[in-house]
Amino acid sequence: MSYLRTFLAGATALTVATGAFAQDTTVIGVSIPAATHGWAGGMNYHAQEAIDRLEEVYPELDFVLSTASDPGAQVNDIEDMVATRNISALVVLPFESEPLTAPVQSVADSGVWVTVVDRGLSQEGIEDLYVAGDNPGFGRVSGEYMAEMMPDGGNIVVLRGIPTAIDNERVEGFQEAIEGSGIEIIGMEHGNWNRDDSFNVMQDFLSRHDQIDAVWASDDDMAVGVLAAIEASGRDDIQFVLGGAGMKEMVQRVMDGDTMIPADVTYPPSMIATAIEMTAVGLTSSAPVSGTFTIGSVLITPENAEQYYFPDSPF
Amino acid sequence: MTSTTEGAPTRGWKLPPMGVLGPILALIALIVLGAAMNPSFLAYANITNVLARSAFIGIIAVGMTFVITAGGLDLSVGSMAAFIAGLMILVMNAALPTLGVGVPIILLGMAVALVAGLLAGLLNGFLITTLGIEAFIVTLGTMGIYRSLVTWLADGGTLSLDFGLRTFYRPVYFDGILGVSWPIIVFALVVIAGEVLMGRMRFGRHCAATGSNEQVAHYSNVDVNRTRLATYAMLGVLVGVATIMYVPRLGSASASTGVLWELEAIAAVIIGGTVLKGGFGRVWGTVIGVLILSLIDNILNLTDLVSPYLNGAIQGVIIILAVILQRESRAKD
Repeated sequence: MSYLRTFLAGATALTVATGAFAQDTTVIGVSIPAATHGWAGGMNYHAQEAIDRLEEVYPELDFVLSTASDPGAQVNDIEDMVATRNISALVVLPFESEPLTAPVQSVADSGVWVTVVDRGLSQEGIEDLYVAGDNPGFGRVSGEYMAEMMPDGGNIVVLRGIPTAIDNERVEGFQEAIEGSGIEIIGMEHGNWNRDDSFNVMQDFLSRHDQIDAVWASDDDMAVGVLAAIEASGRDDIQFVLGGAGMKEMVQRVMDGDTMIPADVTYPPSMIATAIEMTAVGLTSSAPVSGTFTIGSVLITPENAEQYYFPDSPF
Repeated sequence: MTSTTEGAPTRGWKLPPMGVLGPILALIALIVLGAAMNPSFLAYANITNVLARSAFIGIIAVGMTFVITAGGLDLSVGSMAAFIAGLMILVMNAALPTLGVGVPIILLGMAVALVAGLLAGLLNGFLITTLGIEAFIVTLGTMGIYRSLVTWLADGGTLSLDFGLRTFYRPVYFDGILGVSWPIIVFALVVIAGEVLMGRMRFGRHCAATGSNEQVAHYSNVDVNRTRLATYAMLGVLVGVATIMYVPRLGSASASTGVLWELEAIAAVIIGGTVLKGGFGRVWGTVIGVLILSLIDNILNLTDLVSPYLNGAIQGVIIILAVILQRESRAKD
């Protein structure tokens, strides 16, 4: 860690020394996790799209995008941006909160504008702008929809993601929302946001329970596995499956009025575009953009599905 | 290195030592436990589910048994399966306008999977044998390469088989003969072939000799490099076979397909009694290893006894116990 500090201190000195030469263009660094799963793939797509668009709108802005496959690599990316590209602002979606906190703090301390997206850092007050997804809200909207769809209550099974703070917040929000609605969670297992895992878990839920009224798959990838397992079992007791995130195939099914997928709940990967855009606005205008901007999770229904459908996005 | 395997338990069928009994006892214990905890455990549907989902790892693990017996290792099989699945889906979707939905396009997809598997296996084998690079490093490298390639092919998202095509191809995973689904049949055939190859054919003895002591094997007129190359090629083809069974299930492939399959396959091989350093392998043991791993997951899903956070810990404990059971008996031999 002390090695890192030394390096960053050096990098900072370099920034100050070379700052005078980079007056004409302002560089914004964007550091995000690589496209290792559907949601991250969508996020990569929207980041690239926002950058392409903003480079045309603001000729005085230059963007450098890097994707990292683990937290260590992301720290390296950020160090390189500061050292070699003399960035004036950093938009970062931290791979994990803990390992990225100190490196991002050093960048912020050197006077660079810092925008944090989705996952917060483990220490408050480092970033200038925080564009956050609403995980408890994601669970709450899902739970409220379930309660509304099942006024007489019923038995549901829940598939959870990878055990993380994000997953816990969502599930807690969901449980609070269905409290007192008569909906009972008869099974809850981790499907790890993975199609194959959720397929196996759902098969086992179907073996274990004779009557399942609905499934909260809590994620669109997991919903794909759940639907395949239900289809293979030939069971017709399950009325609907609620996923989440807003994968285009699922939004399409909502749009088509599929009764098994009557709705979806957003957790938009395009929030990275919001963050890049707001950062660009902050650097080029006098409009204030500091603070926290929470992107609410919205219920997608057949009525509004069209505006959440991005056919070109991989997700 | 080989002292533990010289008294290999396969010959003394009269009094099976713990090395043979260990994995079988562990499997029986799990089955009894599962049946006691949930009546639906022994239901036809559940048994079919577990066996069919074991088939992917199982088919790969049979190939892995030969690679490990010959003193090698292959970490790339999980990514390779994902890459082959992605490739297969792309080719089949691309051929759809010309071939239409039907048997020919399925056969084309299967041919692509087998050829891609063979080539990928040969590449691993070539780098390891001809260029003499450590198997661990070569397959760690190809693991990253195939994982990136499938992410790239899918543009970070998911590759999905055309819907009509998927509906037509679907029975390959879900249907079968006389109530036994295809993946289970294919898995059984691969196991029988593997068992014969390992126990009764010259190739099996050559694998064991190569893994046991390369020099001695060489002087005993065993073509060490060719044997090794053949094990990797065979594993590659079996990964192709597993992918042929995998694609019809969900009809999609993404960067998260086949993650950690390599470790599950290796764990199954070792639980089954094959020696990680090579020199001795047991195909039927591998099957038991695969079933033990699948049953643990299945039982944990069917019961509420343990917090789902602890699933990984339970698996870890059972894997280590299964191996300790064999180790102790070997020490006594």
